[in-house]
Amino acid sequence: MIKLTTFRIAARALRRNTLRTVLTMLGIIIGVSAVIAMVSIGQGARAQVEAQIASLGQNVILVMSGNVTRGGFRMGFGTAGSLTLEDYEAIRREVLGVNRASPEVRAFAQVAVGNQNLNTAILGVSADYLDLRSWGLRGGENFSEQDARHANKVALIGKTTADTLFGDGDPVGQIIRVKSVPFTIVGTLAAKGMSMTGSDQDDTLLVPYTSAMKRLTGGTFLRSLTIQAATPDLLDNVKEQISDLLRQRHRIGADRDDDFIVRTQQEITDMATSTSKIMTILLGSIAGVSLLVGGIGIMNIMLVSVTERTREIGIRMAVGARGRDILLQFLIEAVTLSAAGGLIGILLGVGGSRLVSSKLQWPTLISVESIVGAFVFSAMIGIFFGFYPARKAAQLDPIDALRYE
Amino acid sequence: MVHPVVKLENFSKVYVGSEVEVHAVRNVSLEIQPGEFVAIMGASGSGKSTMLNTLGCLDRPTSGKFFLDGVDTGTLGRNELADLRNRKIGFVFQGFNLLSRTTALENVELPLMYARPGLPNSDQRDRALHSLEQVGLDERAHHHPSQLSGGQQQRVAIARALVNDPALLLADEPTGNLDSATSIDIMGIFQSLNQRGMTIVMVTHELDIARYTQRMVVMRDGRILRDEQVNNRLKAADELDKLRQEQQAVQLTT
Repeated sequence: MIKLTTFRIAARALRRNTLRTVLTMLGIIIGVSAVIAMVSIGQGARAQVEAQIASLGQNVILVMSGNVTRGGFRMGFGTAGSLTLEDYEAIRREVLGVNRASPEVRAFAQVAVGNQNLNTAILGVSADYLDLRSWGLRGGENFSEQDARHANKVALIGKTTADTLFGDGDPVGQIIRVKSVPFTIVGTLAAKGMSMTGSDQDDTLLVPYTSAMKRLTGGTFLRSLTIQAATPDLLDNVKEQISDLLRQRHRIGADRDDDFIVRTQQEITDMATSTSKIMTILLGSIAGVSLLVGGIGIMNIMLVSVTERTREIGIRMAVGARGRDILLQFLIEAVTLSAAGGLIGILLGVGGSRLVSSKLQWPTLISVESIVGAFVFSAMIGIFFGFYPARKAAQLDPIDALRYE
Repeated sequence: MVHPVVKLENFSKVYVGSEVEVHAVRNVSLEIQPGEFVAIMGASGSGKSTMLNTLGCLDRPTSGKFFLDGVDTGTLGRNELADLRNRKIGFVFQGFNLLSRTTALENVELPLMYARPGLPNSDQRDRALHSLEQVGLDERAHHHPSQLSGGQQQRVAIARALVNDPALLLADEPTGNLDSATSIDIMGIFQSLNQRGMTIVMVTHELDIARYTQRMVVMRDGRILRDEQVNNRLKAADELDKLRQEQQAVQLTT
C-alpha cells in the first residue's frame, strides 16, 4: 500500500535541494519537450502531405505514361506518349470495378477575355473529373458527357483565373478565348488550393479532353488517367486489371518493363509521406536519446541521494521500515522527479511547437498520443533509473546505515 | 505467565572478517524481566554494542537464541524483524538521530508511519503529541531539530521511541553528547518512565550514569563480568538539586 505520506516525504526530500532537483529534472524536461516538438513538426508535415493527396479524390488510381529516355536524359512522367485515348476507352469498357474515370491532357496556353489575357494551365478532362477529385462548383454547372463526345467548346474556370480575368463579375456564360478559340464558360470552380508540388490548382481552365486534344494540343496521347475504384478494397484488383490490359494493348513482352505507371492513391501517399516518416523517426529518436541521458542523470542523483541519506535510511529501518518501504520511498522520489520533469517538458514542447508553427509557418500537429506517450515514458524512466538506487537503499544493513557518518 | 522481555540463551556473535574472526560476544545468557532498568556497561570492544544491536533486532545471533517478549527472533526474516522493531522496541541513540528539516512532531510520528496495520493520520498525530507530552516537549512540536537544544533533541528521540508503546526501550549512550545537567535530566525521564513500568536497557560506559539504573551488567571481552543490583541508586531529582546548589556556591564565591 502506498500512502499519501510517502509522496509527501518524496516531495519534501526534493524540495530540500531545489537547485539539484531542477537541474536533474532539466534532462527530462529537455528530452520530453524535444520529443513533443519534433514529433509534432514531423506529424504536421505528414498531415499536410496526406491532406494534399486526399484532395486527389477517393479510391483513386493514377495511370501515367512512362518516361522516355532521350539522348541519355530521362524525361518526366508522361513524356513517352504511350497512353492513348483508345487505352482510356478500353479501360472504361473492359475493367471491372471502375466507378469514374477521366483522362488528363495538359497544355499551357494564353487565354483572353476582352482585353485581359494571361497564361494558364488548360486541363482536358472528362465530365467525371470533378466528382473524381471531389471538386465543387461555385456557380454554373459541369459540362456533360455529351459535350465531351462532341468536343464542344465549353470550359470550367478556376478561382484564381476567374478572379484575375473577371474580378467580381460572374464568368458563367462569358466567352473566353483559348489560343483564339472561343470557349463558353459554363461553370466556376470552388477553390482547391495548392497541389503537392506547390502550384496553384485554381489557376486553371478545365475543358473536355476531346476539345483539348482536337483544338488545343493537337496530339493524340494522354498525359495521365485518373480512375476511381468503386470501393477501397477493389483498388488493388482494378490496378492489376489496368496493368494487364495496358500491357496487352501495348504488346509488352513478359520480360520487358511497362511503358506506363499505375499507382494507387495509397502508394502515392506512402511515397510522399515516407520522407516525413523517416524525419519523424529520426527527430524522435534523437529526442529519445536525450530522454535517456536525462534518465541517467536521475539515476546519478538518486545514487548520490541514497549515499547522503544513509543515516536517514538507517533511522527509518531502526524504527521499523521494511526494505520495501525504503524502496518505495526512493522509487517514488525518482518517479516524482521524472514525472514532474515530464509535465514541464510537455508544456514546453507544446509551447515550442506552437511557436514554430506561428513564427516559421510550419505545420505542426500535437497528438494526444505523443503527449500521453511522453508522460508515460518519462514516468517509466523514473521507475527504470530509480530502481537501482532505490534497491541499493532498501538492501542497506540497518546497523551499517546507522553508523554511517 | 509473564515472559521475560529479554531472554538470551548461550548467545554468541562472531563477525567473519577477511582474515580474522572476531568473537564479539561469547556464550552469554541473560534475562531481563518487565519493569527492569538495566545498564550494560563495558569498555569499547567489550561486546556491549553487539548486545544492543541484537536486543534491538537489528542483528541476529551467530549461535544461541534470543527471545524478545517471548518471540524467538532466530526464525524471523528481514521484514519480520523490521515489524518486531516497529512494535516492540524503541530506540534512543547517542547522536539523537532525528531527521533534520522535519518537525519534532513528524519525527515522533515516524515509527507510526511504518506501523502495520497503519493508523489514520489524525490518530498518528494524537499519539505523537501525547508522546511529546510525556517528555515535556509538546510546546515545541513544530520546531525543527536544529531549533532545539541537545537535551530537547534527545527528548524528541525518547518521545519517538515511546510512540509505539514498545515492550523494551533501548538506549545507546543516550547522554554521550550531553552536558552533565542535561544528562541528569534525561536520566530523570528514564527513571520516571521506568517507574510507570517501562523496561529500559541502556548501554553506557559512564559509571555515574549507570548508577541511575537498577541493575548493572558489566561486560568484558564478550562475556558478562558482573551482573548486580545497583546499590545506593541515584535519583535524578536529588542530583539536579545538588548540582544547582553547587553552581550557586560557585557563583557566590566568585
